Amino acid sequence: MQVTMIVNDVEVTREIEGRLLLVHFLRDTLSLTGTHWGCDTSNCGTCVVWLDGEPVKSCTVLAAMADGHEVRTVEGLAKGGELDPIQEGFMQCHGLQCGFCTPGMMMTCRALLDKNPDPTDAEIREAISGQICRCTGYSTIVRSVRWASVHEAAAAVNQ
Amino acid sequence: MTTVQEPKTDTFDDNDQKPVGYGRMLRKEDPRLIRGRGRFTDDVQLPGMLHLAILRSPFAHAKIVSVDTSAAEAAPGVKAVVTGETLAGLGLAWMPTLSNDVQAVLATDKVRFQGQEVAFVVAEDRYAARDALELIDVEYDVLDPVIDVRQALAPDAPLIRDDLEGKTNNHCFDWETGDADETEAVFARADVVVQQDIVYPRVHPAPMETCGAVADFDAVEGRLKLWSTTQAPHAHRTLYAIVAGLPEHKIQVIAPDIGGGFGNKVPIYPGYVCAIVGSIVTGKPVKWMEDRSENLISTGFARDYIMRGEIAATRDGKILAIRTNVLADHGAFNGTAAPVKYPAGFFGVFTGSYDLEAAYCKMTAVYTNKAPGGVAYACSFRITEAVYLVERIVDCLAAELEMDPAELRLKNFIQPDQFPYTTKTGWVYDSGNYEPTMRQAMDIAGYAELRREQAEKRARGELMGIGISFFTEAVGAGPRKNMDILGLGMADGCELRVHPTGKAVVRLSVKTQGQGHETTFAQIVAEEIGIPPADIEVVHGDTDQTPFGLGTYGSRSTPVSGAAAALVARKVRDKAQLIASAMLEVTVADLDWVKGSFQVKGDPSKSVTIQQIAMRAHGAGDLPDGVEGGLEAQICYNPSNLTYPHGAYICVVDVDPGTAQVKVRRFIAVDDCGTRINPMIIEGQVHGGLTDGVGMALMEMISFDEDGNCLGASLMDYLIPTSLEVPDWETGYTVTPSPHHPIGAKGVGESATVGSPPAIVNAVVDALQPFGVRHADMPLTPSRVWDAMRGRATPPI
Repeated sequence: MQVTMIVNDVEVTREIEGRLLLVHFLRDTLSLTGTHWGCDTSNCGTCVVWLDGEPVKSCTVLAAMADGHEVRTVEGLAKGGELDPIQEGFMQCHGLQCGFCTPGMMMTCRALLDKNPDPTDAEIREAISGQICRCTGYSTIVRSVRWASVHEAAAAVNQ
Repeated sequence: MTTVQEPKTDTFDDNDQKPVGYGRMLRKEDPRLIRGRGRFTDDVQLPGMLHLAILRSPFAHAKIVSVDTSAAEAAPGVKAVVTGETLAGLGLAWMPTLSNDVQAVLATDKVRFQGQEVAFVVAEDRYAARDALELIDVEYDVLDPVIDVRQALAPDAPLIRDDLEGKTNNHCFDWETGDADETEAVFARADVVVQQDIVYPRVHPAPMETCGAVADFDAVEGRLKLWSTTQAPHAHRTLYAIVAGLPEHKIQVIAPDIGGGFGNKVPIYPGYVCAIVGSIVTGKPVKWMEDRSENLISTGFARDYIMRGEIAATRDGKILAIRTNVLADHGAFNGTAAPVKYPAGFFGVFTGSYDLEAAYCKMTAVYTNKAPGGVAYACSFRITEAVYLVERIVDCLAAELEMDPAELRLKNFIQPDQFPYTTKTGWVYDSGNYEPTMRQAMDIAGYAELRREQAEKRARGELMGIGISFFTEAVGAGPRKNMDILGLGMADGCELRVHPTGKAVVRLSVKTQGQGHETTFAQIVAEEIGIPPADIEVVHGDTDQTPFGLGTYGSRSTPVSGAAAALVARKVRDKAQLIASAMLEVTVADLDWVKGSFQVKGDPSKSVTIQQIAMRAHGAGDLPDGVEGGLEAQICYNPSNLTYPHGAYICVVDVDPGTAQVKVRRFIAVDDCGTRINPMIIEGQVHGGLTDGVGMALMEMISFDEDGNCLGASLMDYLIPTSLEVPDWETGYTVTPSPHHPIGAKGVGESATVGSPPAIVNAVVDALQPFGVRHADMPLTPSRVWDAMRGRATPPI
């Protein structure tokens, strides 16, 4: 079957098998390997991307279900070469170690800040609770999101 | 909660542009990882690449009667189907494990655990390969499995390893350490003896990235290029050379970015060998990437020790001796990745941080119909089990003596003037100063206040527990004369080149899986040679690009390879000093080294920078007699001893009396890893290990039903902590440098995984004191805690 979708602001059309998972479509068909494949059971969240702006676990979404929709991945997080504050926050606050869960974590955290620009630590923990990080113990991820929140607020004031 | 003595999140005093190495510095590996530009094994895509999938046994123990691959071979997109019989024809059906046992690459005679590799398919894409697996028809003759480790040596137990000549039972090895008679004599005269059966259940490292490989065999050149998820690329290359008979210089092993290892990526798995065979057979690059279930059911598990601990003490709380008896489950093949002379790893440090009169351990290891492995999951070669045993049994003694567990520990610590301290099991602790570490943890926790709060809550029927553990680790294997893996001595090479413009490249034999080597090793070299860390490129994880060494596990990177990096930099600096003396026309003895430049003594205006020296070393001008051009060096570092980090951990839990749910309210970790290179990275390592500890203590277990079906085969069944199960970590530190390490660093990667489980279990047991509970086995799930509260706790296995 043929699917057409917008991935990171670019329209793509591909011929695919109906059973192809979105995670494999992104990684193998489009070579967007920033999105990772971790568990197949929606538990680990390393495959989180946005479907029409909402975080989804792309290991349990068929590529066909994204037909006609908009997908955003970690490769589409930076805008015009400028890092998103979430990316900067993860780097500044040591919110990553091996970096495998990081793309999914950042997509979820960016979506959180879009809805709630000043989340509490508890709200951040709730937001990322569907994802697993084996390296950081989560405290530094919480700090990374707080960093992004504070710096976004400061940047908004300066504008 | 506050984090002690670490920078606040909004202060970033980075030093990557300074000619000084140590201190908080942002990581060099992060810019690519936060952009999704990391390159993990599954990201490797080569022209014409095929995909490999493995057919695994559904049974724990069964004879293979026949394997029919005809339908699979005829399936669309399939390029090859390979069975154990095919491999036997090539002499590749069996491979050595890292513990001098053998393991089937693909089963030929029978399968010995659920998930064992039986056949593989190579096809045009991963879906086609998976489809074809279902078309392979294997006829099994199911045998009784050995699942209960306590029954493995029963006279009528089914024989698992009939492949081993003359084998008549499931015995794997016996091991002992310490002095049995001396220990018995001390126990006989002790006022108090406490005994406790303690199980450390089977758990799994479950890194977020599973294991996999891309093999690209060039038949014309006879060259094999293998990208794989390996923590030890050089050791793997040598073993491939030995196993497959390929010349070692024609094998290039590349460990690209690795999505967490924790020991899971130390062994050589059948899948790696299958990928190599698949590429040889098809003449194309072949990718094998296991899925999560395959990772959980077939790759290196950890722990699985059934321990009986005994402790002898005087009535006033002087610990005299510790004795333990261990039954170790090694699964179907002894795939333990530990130095070969240490079949039980470094379990011998079960004497802990205490000054004892005697100690003894007797261990029996057996085969069962479970996945092979044994050493993994950030365990420092079985120190996790050792520390759990001693810190649990010390708490049992405290309960028996009705003594505060902190006071009991403080009373028995090895004292600073006793170092280097030789334990009753022969380990030479290099340095330590335990009391300040313990006191700091108690201060951060507000220990006395916590005890008061607990007393008040108990009076109201609330269940609050405070748990302590104090650990001493032994990390940084070798020395090579004692420690080797299949004959490869545990030492590490390092090479440093300073380019003409004063930029440098340092090449390591170890490999990061997230620990931040690209950053810390640049800092180590920067500290020694005065080139800013930003100007130092760290190359690692490619056997063609780096010197030989044994790799990253057992917290050995900083103790071994970190020492190599410091020493190779000093070697380069020594040469730079010779060149500087010529440039400044003084003798070598007239020069002072001032971070980044040599100055003439007494005349700071006369100096040359390391960058100027580098240009001169490569330039056209004269060099001193006997000095070659260039500015580079290589060494191989053989550690003279292990390093012994320590730490004091305090955990505060609340147990819901109605649901038996354990909530970790606070966790305080004070670590002493000697000299601190990058505090940000150290803190991160500690946080991760503490989270592992919560997982093991409260959630994680790989268990089996009576037929040998693995009950932890997905992340729906094998529970890993999320952000909701762990508190905001509170950390502190003390610094007791290692006297024999060139920069005094000790290693920290596994400290928190080793030290935290006993603190958590001790806290839960403390919370359950009103119920008379003295011990409960991990994982302390609500149902197990509920049972413990009702006096019907049973071991998990």
